[in-house]
Amino acid sequence: MTFSKIAAAGTVSLLALVSAAQAQTQIDWWHAMGGELGEKTEALATAFNAAQSEFVVVPSYRGSYTETMTGAIAAFRAGEQPDIVQVFEVGTGTMMAAEGAIVPVYQLMADAGAEFDPSAFLPAVVGYYTDPEGNMLSMPFNSSTPIMYYNKNVFAAAGLDPEQAPRTWADVEAFSRQIMASGAAECGFTTGWVSWVQLENFSAWHNQQIGTLENGFGGLETELTFNGPVQVRHWENLARWQQEGVFQYGGPGGGADAPPMFYSQKCGMYMNSSASRAGVLNNTPDFEVGIGMLPYYDDVAGAPQNSIIGGATLWVLAGGSAEEQRGVAAFFNFLSSPEVQAQWHQDTGYLPITQAAYELSEAQGYYAANPGADTSIMQMTLNAPTSNSKGLRFGNYVQIRGVIDEEFQRLLAGSVDAQGALDAVVARGNALIREFEAAN
Amino acid sequence: MQTKRTIFGNKGLPYLLLAPQLVITAIFFLWPAGQAVRQSFLREDAFGLSTTFVGLRNYRALFDNPEYLDALQVTVVFSIATVVLSLSIALVLALAVDRMLRSAGTYTTLLIWPYAVAPAVAGILWWFIFNPAIGILPFVLEQTMGYDWNHNLNGRDAMILVIIAAVWKQISYNFLFFLAGLQSIPTSLREAAAIDGAGPFKRFWTITLPLLSPTTFFLLVVNVVFTLFDTFAIIDATTGGGPAQATNILVYKVYDDGFVGLNLGSSAAQSVILMMIVMVLTFIQFRYVERKVTY
Repeated sequence: MTFSKIAAAGTVSLLALVSAAQAQTQIDWWHAMGGELGEKTEALATAFNAAQSEFVVVPSYRGSYTETMTGAIAAFRAGEQPDIVQVFEVGTGTMMAAEGAIVPVYQLMADAGAEFDPSAFLPAVVGYYTDPEGNMLSMPFNSSTPIMYYNKNVFAAAGLDPEQAPRTWADVEAFSRQIMASGAAECGFTTGWVSWVQLENFSAWHNQQIGTLENGFGGLETELTFNGPVQVRHWENLARWQQEGVFQYGGPGGGADAPPMFYSQKCGMYMNSSASRAGVLNNTPDFEVGIGMLPYYDDVAGAPQNSIIGGATLWVLAGGSAEEQRGVAAFFNFLSSPEVQAQWHQDTGYLPITQAAYELSEAQGYYAANPGADTSIMQMTLNAPTSNSKGLRFGNYVQIRGVIDEEFQRLLAGSVDAQGALDAVVARGNALIREFEAAN
Repeated sequence: MQTKRTIFGNKGLPYLLLAPQLVITAIFFLWPAGQAVRQSFLREDAFGLSTTFVGLRNYRALFDNPEYLDALQVTVVFSIATVVLSLSIALVLALAVDRMLRSAGTYTTLLIWPYAVAPAVAGILWWFIFNPAIGILPFVLEQTMGYDWNHNLNGRDAMILVIIAAVWKQISYNFLFFLAGLQSIPTSLREAAAIDGAGPFKRFWTITLPLLSPTTFFLLVVNVVFTLFDTFAIIDATTGGGPAQATNILVYKVYDDGFVGLNLGSSAAQSVILMMIVMVLTFIQFRYVERKVTY
């Protein structure tokens, strides 16, 4: 074959490819899932593209949650926004307030004429992302809730029952002291996400208010209130336990140093997202891991209530063509189908977002084969959510999370007491909420 | 100082020759700086859907904000420590290499190496070395001195960490310029002084240091700008401004408020203030410090 023939053949096949791609409507999807989760995410798009020929979803990894969100916002300002962007739960307030920049999911589904039944979704998950009228604004994608992981080998070495997870904070303290005294491990427990686990979920779990107006669901005029006596008592204990070595701090944000402390058997117990389950099991080949619900103070009335979620949802940005929006609707329907959801839930440890996916996983025998995999769901649905425990929604919450970390660090460094730290969180957080209210 | 003057026949030619530099300055400095100034007078939501003119409100809010004043103080401590340490260590190293007859090339290469490492990579390196949970240094400190290093909680530890990381990065650059400066000092001057009976210290203070002053001055300006702007990646990769804002220098706060917090007005006002600070500092340096420089 001569060069010109090869070139001609190449051109023809290239043209064929280009025209095939043009026949399909392209849907851009920006996400923040790196590593193994990223592969699973891309696999969802591949499966959708293979299942139909009308649309092609192009996933694109855009870095951390913060980077993805700010990137999408910058792109929107430049008129180059993707159709779908994955936004973490603390960005919900910002996205919701951006009327005109987003297309609410319920409206998208109605416009596209897609079959859509909001009641099929788990209320504890969807409640977080609906407006006061109960309309679903964004598509739940990866939701998780914090749970307790513990080292069964350390428990056994300390003379504790390895099958018995600590139930209350009194248990956690007593178990920790026994673990430390017996030399089974150096410290009792550590935690990821201090803000999410030890303040927000702690409050919901004890049915304590996080903010006025139903934790901010009722409007932008909300104010933070999580400096109540129950939260103060808990932070006081954490500071004391840190002094005594019972608790070890894993750093701000997600707490990057917390997992290594549990994996290296330095700490016997560890609280973090249910989506960490796969990572925990992969990193702990040397010992057995037990899973339990979050601990609670048994003298607090109403505890345990239910835990709240974290994670991210998919938001549809305005500006796409009707054809693109129809494609997005089809993709969302694909994502929420029981088979896809059940697979995603089992692969990643994220919660199933529909009742059907949960039931399918159960029917497949997944929970029987993987003890502890349903702890997160049982904990989230332990009781019907109250106005204190259905979630939270505040503007500028990304920054407020930063404030929580800072004040917690001040507390542990001994420069402020628990009441002072939480009062400062509330005062600084409220200033940020007022700023957000003024700008929107 | 002697000035050279060139006479151009064509009036347009000098402007044409200046044009590329002017265009670059306009596109990469004047335009974005102008945008920042404009933005700093506005209050806007993240998506740019509603914009209100608020005058100097963003600036006033900053100076009423204790955290911003803290960040200013943190920046001063960080900048002075980094500039002084990186200049003095680099000078000592350059003096040492300058005296070497053999293997000076090898040492020079090794000392310049850190400069080739991207700041973010350097930051990760330090993050691993100093990590309270898995790092080698906290382990050694604990074993040998019983010191409990924890830059996640202790603001002073965190400050030491970022200063070490920034100094380490900047020593190479300073070293290279100092070495070149030292090598351009004629040996005959130092020999003459030695014959006249001046000891090594006397020679350093009266001959080497004054003749090195143009280099030192240049490095001072560049280093101050480095600590104010280029240390962003180091902070981001090691402490993220924490704990409790103990290492939140101005440029990091600009990023954090603007890109993480999406408070664009305040972030723009901060970058305008930062720009003014650098302008004033550079002006002072040229106006007052340069007088002490012997060219």
